[in-house]
This record gives sequence, structure tokens and C-alpha cells, in this order.
Amino acid sequence: MGALEAVILTIITASTPLLLAAIGELVTERSGVLNLGVEGMMIMGAVCGFAAAYTTHSALLGVGAGLLAGVGMSLLFAILTQTLMTSQVATGLSLTLLGLGLSGMIGEGFTGLPGIKLEALNIPFLSDIPFIGPVIFGHDILVYGSLFIVAGVAYVLFRTRLGLIITAVGGNHHSAHALGYNVLRVRYGCIAFGGACSGLAGAYLSLAYTPQWIENMSSGRGWIALALVVFSTWLPKRLLVGAYLFGTVWIMGLYVQALGVDIPSQLLSSLPYLVTIVALIIISGNKTLTKVNTPACIGQPFAPER
Amino acid sequence: MKKLLGTVALSLAMTFAAGAATAAEKLKIGFIYVGPVGDHGWSYQHDQGRQAIEKELGDKVETVFVEKVAEGPDAERAITRLARQGAGLIFTTSFGFMDPTLKVAKRFPKVKFEHATGYKRSKNVATYNARFYEGRYIIGQIAAKMSKSGVAGYIASFPIPEVVMGINSFILGAQTINPNFKLKVIWVNSWFDPGKEADAAKVLIGQGADIITQHTDSTAPLQIAADKGALGFGQASNMIKFAPKAQLTSIVDNWAPYYVRRAKEVLAGTWKASDAWDGLAQGTVEMAPYTNMPADVAAMAMKTEAAITSGKLHPFTGPLYKQDGSMALAAGKVIDDGALAGMNWYVKGIDGKLPN
Repeated sequence: MGALEAVILTIITASTPLLLAAIGELVTERSGVLNLGVEGMMIMGAVCGFAAAYTTHSALLGVGAGLLAGVGMSLLFAILTQTLMTSQVATGLSLTLLGLGLSGMIGEGFTGLPGIKLEALNIPFLSDIPFIGPVIFGHDILVYGSLFIVAGVAYVLFRTRLGLIITAVGGNHHSAHALGYNVLRVRYGCIAFGGACSGLAGAYLSLAYTPQWIENMSSGRGWIALALVVFSTWLPKRLLVGAYLFGTVWIMGLYVQALGVDIPSQLLSSLPYLVTIVALIIISGNKTLTKVNTPACIGQPFAPER
Repeated sequence: MKKLLGTVALSLAMTFAAGAATAAEKLKIGFIYVGPVGDHGWSYQHDQGRQAIEKELGDKVETVFVEKVAEGPDAERAITRLARQGAGLIFTTSFGFMDPTLKVAKRFPKVKFEHATGYKRSKNVATYNARFYEGRYIIGQIAAKMSKSGVAGYIASFPIPEVVMGINSFILGAQTINPNFKLKVIWVNSWFDPGKEADAAKVLIGQGADIITQHTDSTAPLQIAADKGALGFGQASNMIKFAPKAQLTSIVDNWAPYYVRRAKEVLAGTWKASDAWDGLAQGTVEMAPYTNMPADVAAMAMKTEAAITSGKLHPFTGPLYKQDGSMALAAGKVIDDGALAGMNWYVKGIDGKLPN
């Protein structure tokens, strides 16, 4: 396996969990809900995915379990913030803490056990083509899933009626309500979608990235995903660029170290964050485009005016 | 009736007194771990040592541990809490706990502290370490024999003397088999970060390393090595069940003998602050069974192990040259412990600069 091939594969693996979590949060935020609990949903997806895969010996069932765990956590958030109208910021942060603690408890018996790996797709002829084979056709389903979801979200948001409704609800929920759209139902759906994606991202971590369960294995990726959503001005294509840019600089930092180049490793560790922020700020230089895409009602609870 | 009440009261009082007396005699021993007990590496082995104390000393001691304590202000709080809870002996098991341990030790002069892998002591702070570099020398030799590409990847945590001497010992061992053996080092700046360690392993393998070794605490690098068809070494504990076909051996930390000895000394009142640095000879360092290698390589490894254990061979024996070409040790001389404990230079043969 050539060096370039190995690097590209590693970059894709590093970027996928970020992309999955971020695209789900993008949809949630587009509907006007700020769910800061991405880290909590992700880690719950990781532990439930690992637990299910370990007990059933099936990585796919683990992926499913991770997805459901994410949905479950997000629905808890939805009930609290949409029906009971608690503060979204506070509830989201609590969700993160809950997820981190609960996952530690659930994962107690699973720490340090050898993991079940989500196998890469092995398309008989295509995967064997030198270089292109592994790089394009040799990934597991979650990698393809993440790209598919991004494309799907971009399509739905900008080319379908559902996308318009979501944007309307996020832009001005009172007008959307006046037009007859069920704001709460739309938001519930988007929150659940966000939870599902975060759960998938977590399952990816514990089933494909490092097939094992260790407490706090999400290592702050949920927060990075949250930041990516904002810096990409809620546009899926920019989110894709941001996530992969982050992954690339992250891996290149390690690569450069291994080559023996004399740059302090601490600086290399901080580069992914710096580069991604700078790049996305530059891309988002068009102020009008930014204003158009910002969900104006984000974070505000919806109470129908009498 | 009065007599009966009196007897009951007296016997109750005696039971309580006896209970209090036994409770007062029970030595409470505290442990601070930097990672989770389930890391199957560094902290796991320390906990094995703790369990050995319990098994050996039974109801004379009561052990308690706190895991996943980050090095820094949290550490000071955790150690203080243990001291306040009445611990008489506290083990702080990571280099980064050095200053917090000393600070707390000053405030609790009657409590005895044991700090692992550090170099600062005081009247009630002892330090202890294991000569892991002895194991590194052996695995360096195995690596040079088993590697087809002549390149090994080393996933290192922080550039402290502990880690640097491990790297140097590894390459010195490898150089006895292949003088041109190459080593690529990645610093992940963490003792435990499975994701980053896995990424580092993938990058190293992508750059041509077919042997992976680490000075970090998770099983991730070895699993990645197994996944990609490379070979590797476990760290701190025997990680064979995570990579049955890829682990060659593991440097296993066995803290039980030292822990039991020190606990007994505290119980007997003979504990003194000391600096213990045991290795293969004392059983503090053990090598996991040699697997996934041909019989002659295993035989060579066992021979080296025996030579180091008996004291005939010391990994850092002159002539030894630093990376900049200057001579570190004259021919025939063996390095002294002080130079090892402060090692901040690479030996000749390692490409790349050592970070500060």
C-alpha cells in the first residue's frame, strides 16, 4: 500500500465521524434548534453501538443500536426544549454531561474488550484496482453513508418542499405557524435526525475508527462538529469541505512528525483547529449569503402567539 | 435488671472499642491512576498491584483508588481528598503527579507518598520506577530481526527522560542486529488517546514501518498494526488478546512485589523515603511470552533477557554516541542512573529532532 493511499484512507477515517455528527446538527439548527448535546449523543452512540455489537457479534447491529441511542438522547432533548420549553443551551449542555456520564456507566463492563470491527466493503472487482480500488471502493458503509447523507441533506434542504418548510421554521417560526405548518413536528423530526447522525458518528468511533470502548472516546469531537456547523454557515457543501479539511490537517500533522520535520508537535496538534477556522471564515466572507443562511430563530423556544 | 443492662452496656462498649481499635490499626492505602483501570495497560497493571496488596495483607489494609485523574490541579485535589479520608500510604502513579504529590505531602507530613516515575523526593515522598528500558532493548533486537523494511514506528507520549530512554534503548537494541535500522517517532502528547494513537499507527505504517511500538497506554496501535499486517509490541501489560497474530511480546509492569513490600514497611513502621528503580532482576519488569516469531528469534530474546537479568548486559554500555556525534559513554563504561533519569538526548542513528 503506497504512502499516499494510506494517508488518504486515514484522512477519510478521521473526517467521517466529524462529518456525520455535523451534518445531523446542521439539519437540527436549520430548523431553529440549537442542540449543544452532540458530544453526549455521540458518546452514547459509541457505547450502545459497541455493547450491541459485542453481544450480538454483528457490527451492523451495533451501528443500528448506535443510531437508536442517538435518537433516544435527542428525543429527550426534544421533549424538554420543545414541549416543556426549557432553555435549549442549558438542556443541550446537560445532555452532553448526561451522555458522558451515562455512557461511562453503561460501558463499565465493556472497557478494554477486543472490539468488533465494521468491515470495509469488498466489491469483488472494483476494490482490487490498485490505488483507486481501496481509496474509492474500499471503505465501510458508514463512510459512504456520511457522503450520501450530506448529498441527501443538500438536496432536501434546497430542492424540496420539506427543505423549504424546515428553513421557514428556522427562519421565522411564527410565520411558519401562521402558514399552517406544525412547527413542533418539524423540529422534533429534525432533532431526531440530528440525534441519529450523532449516534452514527459515535458508532463509527467504537466500531470502525478504534474498535473498542474507552470512556470519553469521543474526545471532544462533538464540540468540533458544532463549531464546523456554524463556521460553514449551515451549508452542507461547506461543511463537507470543513470536515475534510480538519481531518486532512490533523493527519498531515502526524505525517509531518513521522517524517522527522522539526515542527513542535504541540503546534501541529493545534493546526487543524486554526486552519479550519481560518478557511471557513474566508469562505464565509460573503455577508449576504451568510445572513440568508443563518436560521434567525435558532435557540428560541416556540410558543404559538395567541 | 440493672445487672443485665450493665452487662449488655459493657459488652457493647467493649465491642465498639475493639472495633475502633481494629479500625484504627487498618492501614488505608490510596491509589491515584492517570487513566482508566480498564485501559489494559499502565493503570491496569497498577491496579493489579493494588489487588496483590489486598490479597497478601487481607484485613490489615483497606485500599481505595481514584482513576482517570488528569495531571494538573485535579490531581492535587484528588490526592488531598485521599489524605483527608485517612489514607496512610498513597501511590500516585504518573510522572505528571510529581508536583501535586509534593505539595500535598507538605501539608500531610504523617502520610507517606509513593510517586511513580518521578525524580523529586522529600521526607515523606518516595519515588519508584521500573527499568522499562531493559525491556525496550530486548524488543529493539526482536524488531530488527522481524522487520522486513528495516523501519519501525514509535508512538511516544511526552518528551520526558522516561520516554526518551525507552526510545534510545530500543534503537540501541535494534542496532546490535541491524546498524542501519530506522526509527520514526510520533509524539501524541498524551498518555492515553486511542483515536490519536490509532491515527499515528496508521501514518507510521503508511510511511513504511512494519513494526509498531508505543509508550502510550491504549491497545489501539497494536490493533491497527494487526489490522494492517504489521507486527507490534504490547505496552505495560500483555495485550495478546487484542492482537493474537501481531503481538511479538509485551513489556509487562509488575508492581506487586514492590507494593506489597512498601505496604508491609508502613505497617511495621520501617518505611523510609527512598528511590527504587527495579527491573527484570527484581521481577518488576516482565516480558510477555514471545509469540509470532521463529524459534531462533525467541531464543535470542530469551538469551538477552537472561543476560540483562543477571547483570551481565546493560543496554546503555559504551561506546555510546549522541545524535550530534559527541561521545556519551566511553567504551566499556555503563551509564549511571543519574544520567538516565535526566536523559534528554537521542543516540546516534535516530533521525529527527527530539522536542523540548
